[in-house]
Amino acid sequence: MTKARQKKTSPKSGDGRKADPMRLVSGNKMIAEGALAAGCRFFAGYPITPSSEIMEYLAQKMPRIGGKFIQMEDEIASMGAVIGASLAGAKAMTATSGPGFSLMQEHIGYAAMAEVPCVIANVMRSGPSTGLPTKTSQGDFMQARFGSHGDIPAIALVPESPIECFHLTVRAFNLAEEYRTPVVLLSDEVNAHMRENVPMKIELEAEIRERREPEVPPSWYKHYPEEVMVRDRPMAVFGEGYRFHVTGLTHDHEGFPSSKRDQIIDCHTHLVDKVRRNAHRIAAAEKYRMREAKIVIVAAGSAARSAKEAVKMLRNMRIKIGLFRPITMWPFPKKQLQEAVGRKAKAVLVVEQNFGQMAVIVRYYMPRRMPVVHLNQVDGELIEPEKIIAKVTELY
Amino acid sequence: MITETVIHKYLRPKKEFPHVWCAGCGIGIVLGSIIRAIDKLSIPKDDIVMVSGIGCTGRMPVYVDFNTLHTTHGRALTFATGIKHYKPRLKVIAVMGDGDGVAIGGNHFIHACRRNLNITTIIVNNFIYGMTGGQRSPTTPPGHVSTTSPFGSEAEPFDICDLAAAGGASFVARSTVYHSALLDRLVKKALTHDGFSVVEALSPCYTAYGRRNDFRNAVEMMADLRDRAVHIKKQDTSLPPLPDRKFYIGIYKDEDKPEFTAAYKRLMKRVREIDSPPGEEKEQ
Repeated sequence: MTKARQKKTSPKSGDGRKADPMRLVSGNKMIAEGALAAGCRFFAGYPITPSSEIMEYLAQKMPRIGGKFIQMEDEIASMGAVIGASLAGAKAMTATSGPGFSLMQEHIGYAAMAEVPCVIANVMRSGPSTGLPTKTSQGDFMQARFGSHGDIPAIALVPESPIECFHLTVRAFNLAEEYRTPVVLLSDEVNAHMRENVPMKIELEAEIRERREPEVPPSWYKHYPEEVMVRDRPMAVFGEGYRFHVTGLTHDHEGFPSSKRDQIIDCHTHLVDKVRRNAHRIAAAEKYRMREAKIVIVAAGSAARSAKEAVKMLRNMRIKIGLFRPITMWPFPKKQLQEAVGRKAKAVLVVEQNFGQMAVIVRYYMPRRMPVVHLNQVDGELIEPEKIIAKVTELY
Repeated sequence: MITETVIHKYLRPKKEFPHVWCAGCGIGIVLGSIIRAIDKLSIPKDDIVMVSGIGCTGRMPVYVDFNTLHTTHGRALTFATGIKHYKPRLKVIAVMGDGDGVAIGGNHFIHACRRNLNITTIIVNNFIYGMTGGQRSPTTPPGHVSTTSPFGSEAEPFDICDLAAAGGASFVARSTVYHSALLDRLVKKALTHDGFSVVEALSPCYTAYGRRNDFRNAVEMMADLRDRAVHIKKQDTSLPPLPDRKFYIGIYKDEDKPEFTAAYKRLMKRVREIDSPPGEEKEQ
């Protein structure tokens, strides 16, 4: 690029300094780029609207950088291949939407039970069943938590913009390695196809976490060591001299099936506790213009974008309102929410694109006297700020 | 003093015995064949990944001292595909039963055949769901009794070798646990084959299948396998249909086909050449 052209194309910020060069990118592409930045070198998937662009982008990129890409016969197989690759040492991911996410639950449960790090990007569309494939929804909040049978340690992140798709994908990979568990990214159709400015070169918000190799010889190695709740445990992979057993059955510390009562308790409690007891480290939320807010809107993902707009407009009208935006849906940022709402708020308004999945959780964590009002939209379109403003005015 | 045999070299001594299989079961013989074949080829234990699904055959990996993975019902080949694709240097062996492999895993099976990754697949076919107590499988012969076909199975069974060959597997063979020497040879051949290989091992299940279908004991079931088997003499593409529930044993199909991971490696090389053609200066 010549100097003259560069000058012409680079925008200037208000204070006269040269702003970073920007580009217009969709959320789906940002998920794919985030994955590569996090070190993802294996992708297996099955096409499904509105997530396919993630797969298409990685089909282009993976062979170029020495990564492995494969299109599987269905979502069950995709998730199986992802777990297999992860056990062989890869940072691995798949991407899907509601119907595919349902099929993946079998292996998400397996990955949780066998403690295999992996990332699932679920770009939510309108359900149930085939629903509205090309329209948005937030109907999988609960599926991300309770989709699998049995109790699993759920971690799910909800981005609100293309740039956050990038950063949360990186965080998803980091969390997967840290806790040795599947991590779900809950994007949605609006985020997937909305294009926004992002910097040409994105600075990482956090260091990339690499898988820790075992620090003991093979004869000493235990795939599920006794020290429960330890984050960032070393993990051997297939083909490096540590011959271990992995199973979806309830297992002992070496990974062999067990039906002894104390070992069952150990195995199950450890799974749930490793996330439950570290919830304060994982849970994240954004507080937007919460000062002296009389009404607190709770919204996540793309619905939070509309809510932000509504808050801006209402604050201009000197109405004291704020937004609480969970960035991790699971574990839910309950402490942050309780602190943010405090004693002064009059009501909490939960805005979401389903019939009230997050509202149930918000209700659970709010004191009994606090009214929790629902505002739901399930017509496949992103909820309009005006609709939120109308509801707030009604409550205020 | 007892001397160490080849079996002792490969089994996990500490934890997992006695095993779960019933008296008269053939799965142990299949496991023996796999171990003998691996020993003859002297493949290092560290390089072998044994993957299984759910069922009696699914319990096989827990007993052997390899990298072992006991997956979900029917999905062994999906995990195997991920492992082999990411780390092609590993020797991946998938062991499945008939219900596991071609009922719930049928879709994964035909697609694995089509892709032709270098995975050795052993399907132990005992014509029944053994672990869950004797329900009908897709290979239960017509008229035969199971807990879910109490008046005799009415549907035609799958021929696993036909299915594998039609799906595109490049090596397909069948033996029985009675013909264990042949099974040894076939497993060994499958392990050295470059591409997706399927060995079907017919095996008796007296507990869940035989005693409901007029067999007096497991020995009688072994004799039945012996009597019904017809050896494939030379490699013949058009095997005539056999009468009286007889079946062929031997090599069904053995052909050279591009292997998936090798093809992907070539693809990576090609793409890199497009990105930076040889001879041209690399742009900074």
